[in-house]
Amino acid sequence: MAIKVSDRDAPAARRSGVSRREFLLASGTVGGGLLFTASIPFFGRSAIAAEASEHQVTIYARIAPSGKVTILAPNPEIGQGVKTSLPMVFAEELGVAWSDVVIEMADYQGGKMGNQQSGGSFSTPSSWLPLRKAGAAGRQMLIAAAAATWKVPATQCTAADGIVTHAASGRTLKYGALAAKAASMPVPDLDKVTLKDESTFTIIGKSVIDPDKARIVAGTQQFGIDVKVPGMRYAVFQKGPVFDAEVSSANIDDVKAMPGVSHVFVVKGAPRLLEGPPGKVQGLGIDDGIRGGVAIVADTWWRAQRARQKLTVQWDEGTHANDSTAGFDAQAQALFQRPPEGTIRVDGDPDGALKRAAKVVRASYAYPFISHVPMEPQNCVASFKDGKVEIWAPTQNPASGRAGVAKTLGINPDDITIHMIRCGGGFGRRLANDYMIEAAAISKEIGEPVKVLWAREDEIQHDFYRPGGYHNLAAGLDAQGRVVAWDNHFVGFARTEYFARLAVPGADAFPAGFVPNYALKTSRIAFNIPIGPLRAPGDNAHAFVFQSFLDELAHAAGKDPIEFQLELLNNPLPGEGQGKKGGNPFGPGFFAARMIAVIERVRDMSPWASRGSLPSGTGLGFACYWSHLGYAAQIHQASVAANGAIRPERIWAAVDVGRHIVNPTNAEHQVQGAIIDGMSAALGQQITFDKGRVVQSNYQNYQLLRNNNIPQMEIAFVKSDYSPTGLGEPTYPSALPALCNALYAATGRRIRKLPVRVPELRA
Amino acid sequence: MSYTISVNGTAHTVDAEADTPLLWVLRDILGMTGTKFGCGVAQCGACTVHANGTPVRSCVLPLQSVGDLQITTIEGIGDTDIGKKVQQAWLTHDVPQCGYCQGGQILAATALLAGIPNPTDADIDHAMSGNICRCGCYTRIRAAIKTVAAAQQA
Repeated sequence: MAIKVSDRDAPAARRSGVSRREFLLASGTVGGGLLFTASIPFFGRSAIAAEASEHQVTIYARIAPSGKVTILAPNPEIGQGVKTSLPMVFAEELGVAWSDVVIEMADYQGGKMGNQQSGGSFSTPSSWLPLRKAGAAGRQMLIAAAAATWKVPATQCTAADGIVTHAASGRTLKYGALAAKAASMPVPDLDKVTLKDESTFTIIGKSVIDPDKARIVAGTQQFGIDVKVPGMRYAVFQKGPVFDAEVSSANIDDVKAMPGVSHVFVVKGAPRLLEGPPGKVQGLGIDDGIRGGVAIVADTWWRAQRARQKLTVQWDEGTHANDSTAGFDAQAQALFQRPPEGTIRVDGDPDGALKRAAKVVRASYAYPFISHVPMEPQNCVASFKDGKVEIWAPTQNPASGRAGVAKTLGINPDDITIHMIRCGGGFGRRLANDYMIEAAAISKEIGEPVKVLWAREDEIQHDFYRPGGYHNLAAGLDAQGRVVAWDNHFVGFARTEYFARLAVPGADAFPAGFVPNYALKTSRIAFNIPIGPLRAPGDNAHAFVFQSFLDELAHAAGKDPIEFQLELLNNPLPGEGQGKKGGNPFGPGFFAARMIAVIERVRDMSPWASRGSLPSGTGLGFACYWSHLGYAAQIHQASVAANGAIRPERIWAAVDVGRHIVNPTNAEHQVQGAIIDGMSAALGQQITFDKGRVVQSNYQNYQLLRNNNIPQMEIAFVKSDYSPTGLGEPTYPSALPALCNALYAATGRRIRKLPVRVPELRA
Repeated sequence: MSYTISVNGTAHTVDAEADTPLLWVLRDILGMTGTKFGCGVAQCGACTVHANGTPVRSCVLPLQSVGDLQITTIEGIGDTDIGKKVQQAWLTHDVPQCGYCQGGQILAATALLAGIPNPTDADIDHAMSGNICRCGCYTRIRAAIKTVAAAQQA
């Protein structure tokens, strides 16, 4: 029952829509089914450019005579639940029973199905309305088919649970029986379809468990690493110890003599294939491509890995062999002694206001580079034959993978097929496709199918890291303890004269817009280390700085930290905090009222008011942050023992991602997971560099939280009157400062540098 | 070299180097891919299998050391009463996010519950802390273990 996307071009297909870019297709299928395709731009028709195929939401669905509805899930599943949630939205409006729905994972369709990317919590906000319109159009055609059959007005008919009912006569027809006829009904104009009354939703808002999970607990679910194709060999790829290193010489013959090894060869690096010109970054600006190294191919992965132990390489380490974290830290301190180089935002007169302030608070904050470390190491299967390549990849971002493979191999993008396989975690790492390009290039070289699999050490030492950064802050309080000045000098990492993408705080990052005299200025450290998006990019670092410093200011003002932030939020500068500025293509900017609502909710659901009665060494910390259109506020309770050992004890979180929670079990998962992820980053994660090399190598020196240090969590979703938005990212950023502020409340020690150092917390 | 090992009650004869970790024998030679590779150094628990009922990290168990050990993998754990209950509890609580580590988590939980039918939180901490879940499904893992324990007491 697989759906072939080429079916949409079948001669019988009938089409509506006023433009090439917005259309609905319906056609009959062999055996009397209905094949249904809708493609809708998510920016709205007026906003889209001429080449808008990537900015489309497209759904393919087939209604069989049996009534089974097969829906192609468009976007890659990385554990965030999108394989289930997007079909739920479509099925809701189509009016079928969820028990009749079968979900199939789509292959990458080369733009015919949008860009099929999972990232940035964008899937939900970009798909919500298009998928509803598409489902409603399908329902309208099925109702029309029933009305025509009964010769009654369609307006007298209703549809639910896959059945059309004519109440006046008591007649019913099932969708399966109507499917063939529906294919010949007029195709609705997608702008004029009637959406369901949201109070009648039967699928959205009810927890649905992804059918993959039954296979997961049985050990039969296929992940990328499990793909096997006939004649497939296994490869490891030894990259240089310094980024952009190239092989000078290697003992190829020694390695080739190892058991099971069939090929050993040097690959010259061609990284940064897709990096656009400055200011016009293509895609995500990840410097995809292939790096220099040695490929070892064998008949099993272990034999390839075992042979790697015999490999000795002389590397040309290039110009960055002396990069080090100590050097970066020293450069940051030197830059702080000089005036900032750039300006992101200035309001009022920060210098003058600081001079006039009743009290000035100064602090320096820093955070490290961190790595994604998804549990499933990077891998890909590729089969190159006759100028074409077939790829099986756990990727979040097949479009840029295809572009990178085409460019590296010098082949036509249309000659590349990408099967998207369930990913063992993503967190942004699989938005890059370096592993895919490696597999394709190695398969082309050996002329046989190959699986490239990275060891954990490859994974940690060749990531696209969340960049580190440094902030020097000064704030002025007036006699009433209100923030009247905020001056922030940020030192971040930049290639040439441009900042690493996603490294810099946004001009709209709170408390910007709420402090009358505000400055965010910048200076740059030149570097050559690959960086990329990691869950809640940008916010995952800056929230720690801003929300910790606000906590400092509240204490300096002698105020309750929650009341202190509420006071700020209630006093925006003119035009601020009303959703007008910032945001992203999928939603509006920051609404202060939505943040206030989640703050009040988390305050009231927690024992915040009675925090004074906590035992010594235990504290509550508060933080809030707006990220990827979602509003999160959280309170952490943590205790610190005399030896400095940290115990996260309880967490309360309130979240607003709009008026519906599409799939509650997954939504709760995303909140729990993002908070634990943020805590894990605060407590254990850092990537450091020495002589251009990553110091960390595996989980023993890159630590994640484990099950013995996980607090109880209480989560509340605040339903506001806005369209639903995504949940992969929004609760991560505020987790770090909430925990650090709790550690301050417990010990009186302020955490200004991540990760938290236990010795600094000792009594 | 040729070795005969018992996996999920079936004897398999495999030809591989003596130092080949059991993980790669299972995955690449026997085609049993439910056991996952995570770190290769016994730090993450994704590769957990049972050896005579005890959880071990198959990424550091050389083929030559398997000998007569009865190996049970995620593909076979459902054949035991307790394993089946753990798998069911994992679904009831919708424990997985990405799911990659969950085979190892289930093997660790099954061994815990087989040895301690009603584990305390400290028992769970001890038994489950060798298994990393990068997605952070820990609270549901704990809840699922407690559900099985409660059913055992009933």
